[in-house]
Amino acid sequence: MARVILENVSKYFNEVIAVKDFSLEIEDKEFVVFVGPSGCGKTTTLRMIAGLEEITKGNIYIGDRLINRIPAKDRDIAMVFQNYALYPHMTVYQNLAFSLEMRKLSKKEIDERVKEAADLLEISELLHRKPKQLSGGQRQRVAVGRTIVRKPQVFLFDEPLSNLDAKLRVQMRGELKKLHERLSSTIIYVTHDQVEAMTMGDRIVVMKDGLIQQVGKPLDLYFHPINKFVAGFIGSPTMNFIETELIGSENRLFVQADGFRLRIPEERSRNLQNHVGKKITLGIRPQDLSKASAPVEGETIEALVEIIEPIGNEIYLDVKAGRDSLIASVDPKTRVIPHQKILLQANLENIHLFDPDDEKALL
Amino acid sequence: MQIQAEERGWLRLRNAFSTLMENRNFLGFLLVIPAEAILFIFLAYPFILGLWLGFTDTVIGRKGDFIGVGNYVSLLKDSTFWLVTYNTFLYTIVAVLFKAILGFVLAIILNRDFKAKGLVRAIILLPWIIPTALSAIVFWWLYDSTFSAISWSLIKMGLINHKIDFLGDPTNARISLIVANVWRGIPFFTIGLLAGLQTIDPTLYEAAAIDGAGSWKRFRRITLPLILPLLAVITTFSTIWTFGDFQLVWVITKGGPANATHLFGTLSFQRAIPGGHFGEGAAISNFILPILVLCVLISFKYLKRED
Ligand SMILES: Nc1ncnc2c1ncn2[C@@H]1O[C@H](COP(=O)(O)OP(=O)(O)O)[C@@H](O)[C@H]1O
Ligand SMILES: [Mg+2]
Repeated sequence: MARVILENVSKYFNEVIAVKDFSLEIEDKEFVVFVGPSGCGKTTTLRMIAGLEEITKGNIYIGDRLINRIPAKDRDIAMVFQNYALYPHMTVYQNLAFSLEMRKLSKKEIDERVKEAADLLEISELLHRKPKQLSGGQRQRVAVGRTIVRKPQVFLFDEPLSNLDAKLRVQMRGELKKLHERLSSTIIYVTHDQVEAMTMGDRIVVMKDGLIQQVGKPLDLYFHPINKFVAGFIGSPTMNFIETELIGSENRLFVQADGFRLRIPEERSRNLQNHVGKKITLGIRPQDLSKASAPVEGETIEALVEIIEPIGNEIYLDVKAGRDSLIASVDPKTRVIPHQKILLQANLENIHLFDPDDEKALL
Repeated sequence: MQIQAEERGWLRLRNAFSTLMENRNFLGFLLVIPAEAILFIFLAYPFILGLWLGFTDTVIGRKGDFIGVGNYVSLLKDSTFWLVTYNTFLYTIVAVLFKAILGFVLAIILNRDFKAKGLVRAIILLPWIIPTALSAIVFWWLYDSTFSAISWSLIKMGLINHKIDFLGDPTNARISLIVANVWRGIPFFTIGLLAGLQTIDPTLYEAAAIDGAGSWKRFRRITLPLILPLLAVITTFSTIWTFGDFQLVWVITKGGPANATHLFGTLSFQRAIPGGHFGEGAAISNFILPILVLCVLISFKYLKRED
């Protein structure tokens, strides 16, 4: 009943196109994440759904209602702002109670709902405090609490964790996810952090320059990015991109880089015939490069180690193969020293190929 | 031997001196002495002198003697003084009220986004920038019984058929002065409150809109409580200035007609300078003091509670 549908939604600020032709159907109870670099139009889209920004073109439906002309307060949505926007002159209790007061609920019911939300978010001890007297994490909880007292159909979150320190962020990520299960309502969540998107979203919408790049489940985006941008944006460290040439010898295709060549798996070769002899962008994730013991033609890469970054559960190696720089994520027990030669095994099943002109993925 | 002892003594003195100079309290005290001296000469001295004069029978050309509360007792028996007290309170309360309301409304309007915002804001400041004596003269002309541009326009528009006697009638004169004072004082409220309004995070209004608050509720529950401390301070300042107003009144009405527009400031001046009674003049202005102190105390107390 609380599906959210956006049909060719666009937003222009004078000449600036903030969002263009945004179309998406969000299912009831779905947790959808909008992710993309700063300035790509995530917040603007969210604000149009909230009713804080006029829709230049297109339609937005919440439930079965067209809400283009319905004011924010009647859309049955609640929003957590990036800076939390807690009312500084009110106590936590009053902050939580405000929307209920505006909706003229009885004192008793307000009290019950506020206490219930405070319990859920473990902020019962803070109810008499003012926002100034709270830590960042506590403020964040109050901001969330302010939305859940209302029991709206749709929750909108605009980068709610970006002001928290790394540890708290991980913790809140889990809590918000749990909260979603408990509330079982639709959540639209905006972030620029792909890890947040991957860990929290049922579905992720990757945006760039106001345009949707790809919509999909987290692992779909990871394994089947539709273009070079998505491939580079999802996953950490970033996917390696190498300018190569597609060459064919006998029935087998290879991508030829400056310092190495990799064999294309046979089942993918058939679709690439008309790219033979042309430039092609190879994409390979650091996780798909591991230490090899012996050279194998078309599978291994001989490289020189430049920088070693031990993370703990893995080691990132910045290596150089011919002219190209690569990052490999190898087993933490690997013994390497800088300037050492290393042989890397490429996981050929997982290599990505992109058209260098339009940057679209090639099958 | 003796030279050594002398040197040791000298060293010890130097050490003591540098320790002293590193002491925050002492050094701080030393550094503010010049400022304190200037403040004393230009503020405290005339202030104390004024207080003292109020207790003497000084007249122009003769050093007076201490007469205790003589001046105050005779003032309390003086019906003109009581009229002036009434005038001053009326003038202050009505003018400050209008300045606050109109200034606030204007600040809210100017806080919106519109074209040429900067220019309009600059224009709003004009009444505040123009020297008071100058704008007072302009008002004097506007209120002139024969040459008044206001009367002229109203007659031309056919709204009235005879010239208004702005300054000849006590009620008219009081209203006219209050209008002039309000005109001049609005920018102070507007600019001060505008600065305050701009510090309010706009997402608070958005959050409140989503929470279901209409524009009146947003004003009542967000804007007003957040701006109230500033409003209190600005109102206090305005009250102090309006209470002690002199220039506008002196230029436009000189306190007339029949003392209807005399304020503490003008009466004090009239008795002291043209009238020559320094002691009495000082006593009148000293009446302002306890009232203003009360004003400041109230607003400070209010501010403390807010924090
Ligand atoms: N009120 C506004 N006026 C003009 N341009 C705006 C406004 N809000 C956003 N923009 C522009 O729209 C684009 C998208 O902004 P935004 O939605 O805030 O991006 P994101 O939230 O993804 O970082 C940016 O180029 C930004 O400069
Ligand atoms: Mg944003």
